[in-house]
Amino acid sequence: MTRPVVIADRLTRHYELGGGLFGDKPVVRALSEASFRLEPGKTLAVVGESGCGKSTLARVVTMIEPPSAGTLVLDGVEAGPDTMAELRQTVQIVFQDPYGSLNPRQRIGQILEEPLKINRPAMSAADRQEAARRMLSQVGLRPEHYDRYPHMFSGGQRQRIAVGRALMLEPKVLVLDEPVSALDLSIQSQILNLLVDLQERLGLAYLFISHDLSVVKHIADDIIVMYLGRPVEVGTKEAVFAHPRHPYTKALLSATPMADPFAQKERIRLTGELPSPLKIPQGCPFSPRCWKAQDKCRAERPELDDSAHPAACFFPE
Amino acid sequence: MALLEIRNLSVDFETTSGRFRAVDGFDLTMEPGGITAVVGESGSGKSVSFLALMGLLPWTATVTADRLMFDGTDLRQASRAQRRRIIGKDMSMIFQEPMSSLNPCFTVGFQIKEALRQHLGLDRKARQARAVELFEQVGIPAPEQRLKAFPHQLSGGMNQRVMIAMAIACKPKLLIADEPTTALDVTIQAQILELLTSLQGETGMALVLITHDMGVVAETAEQVSVQYAGQKVEQQEVRALFATPHHPYTAALLQALPERATSKHLPTIPGVVPGQFDRPAGCLFSPRCAYADDRCRAVPPPVLGPDLGLARCHYPLNTQAEEQA
Repeated sequence: MTRPVVIADRLTRHYELGGGLFGDKPVVRALSEASFRLEPGKTLAVVGESGCGKSTLARVVTMIEPPSAGTLVLDGVEAGPDTMAELRQTVQIVFQDPYGSLNPRQRIGQILEEPLKINRPAMSAADRQEAARRMLSQVGLRPEHYDRYPHMFSGGQRQRIAVGRALMLEPKVLVLDEPVSALDLSIQSQILNLLVDLQERLGLAYLFISHDLSVVKHIADDIIVMYLGRPVEVGTKEAVFAHPRHPYTKALLSATPMADPFAQKERIRLTGELPSPLKIPQGCPFSPRCWKAQDKCRAERPELDDSAHPAACFFPE
Repeated sequence: MALLEIRNLSVDFETTSGRFRAVDGFDLTMEPGGITAVVGESGSGKSVSFLALMGLLPWTATVTADRLMFDGTDLRQASRAQRRRIIGKDMSMIFQEPMSSLNPCFTVGFQIKEALRQHLGLDRKARQARAVELFEQVGIPAPEQRLKAFPHQLSGGMNQRVMIAMAIACKPKLLIADEPTTALDVTIQAQILELLTSLQGETGMALVLITHDMGVVAETAEQVSVQYAGQKVEQQEVRALFATPHHPYTAALLQALPERATSKHLPTIPGVVPGQFDRPAGCLFSPRCAYADDRCRAVPPPVLGPDLGLARCHYPLNTQAEEQA
């Protein structure tokens, strides 16, 4: 077995809000006790609805924010205040919206060279330029794009630039935060193909954050399903899609529309909406919306069990 | 008689860099009680067609049509006053982003009652009763309290329900839903789509669903119209469209769906949708089409017969001759 390049152990991130002068400050439990391992060349997908903590997880793994508790080991080194600066080069991120994540006043060449300027100060300008031009061809852009500005590109091309920028420091892990959800269907498939190619060629590990289950089904090896900041089910893609164990996963799969008008399916109707992460319900966080909930669920919070395909539920499927 | 008949609708925008044709010869016929989905990528003119129908485009837009009939009224001739009586009453629209489509300065109750007052002339008591009834109908819990809430106090799903309640307040004959679930999570999306189809079944209104999500199309629509770069390229019954697409664009779009993939690599459509300055001379899809030849690049294709899904193509796919061969 290859050595995991990311080992996350009970990662937690809470935000304190400025409360009143008296009384407790409200705490947003954005991410609680997320653990996983990610091996080179593999894709781990994190799925869940908005507010489930998947983007917070991305920010903690890329060390944009420190975890409130838990440990993160990247490439054998534990992330801490001393090692973070060095480790940031091994983890890079691609954001959702390619219209917001590129500086409109920088040329593509500058955008690609910036990470090198900061992290490889000894590199000569000519070498940097050469590296940037090589990257352009790697992500499927043409050499003449080097001198252009972001507004001259379509959404798909911009996302290629964002991927290229993330790869400039030769990272081992790429965190992809909804990389295709802002793109049209015909462009989405181009970017997914690019990601598959790059992974094969460079042996990258992907932490793929998405709410689109059809994309996840296509690209992922393993899946974490999150609900209100906690992983509720972890397993291989095949296991999670074929035999979901947690009721929430089941509901999520059944709610996702399938592009097949001939398919017969039974839809599980979830009532109510996602509670606010400020007021996470007592007991199992899913219990107010769950059709199987019993008194035990409302009183006690289930932990992930120890099986090969763990689910945090007292009454799993 | 058809409820809605649109023939050869075109919309041009005056921009600083010249005229831009956003919608080019759009046709649609809706019968009472039908569900039609209009699918297309961004920039395909799907929203603009219906904004033009509703008369909601800014003055920079020029709308032309051979026929624009709604429920016996010619909307091309209609005066502003006539239009006002129809829009929001017999024909209403749900907009894409509930958060930015509701007025943040007024309570949702005020906004929904405004429509009831303007169109139905109900008194205060009757308006309150009807608003509560509508909120219950769209599944908003504790309606009396929620009527007093401002849009920022409600979640996205709740605001979308408010928009739907507002749109169905006057029992419209035609409801246009412009990407009603794009901003929402899948479990909420499933609730909203179910709500729309059940309302459609109860009230017998016609429903136009504008979307880019093939999954939503497959699960809710009866008829599907596929738009590309401002033109309708194909229209078929939903099952037939997914089984035997006739236009190469529809076929390529369906193949690009990740759930239909057979290998790690997805089939793609090369290139991008043409913009204002690179509109091709012949078929608009020809630069990206796998089957295009010189004729496609020079001559705009005709609209074929209903047996070929009204496809706008010189060389349609899945023809009968092909099947027999």
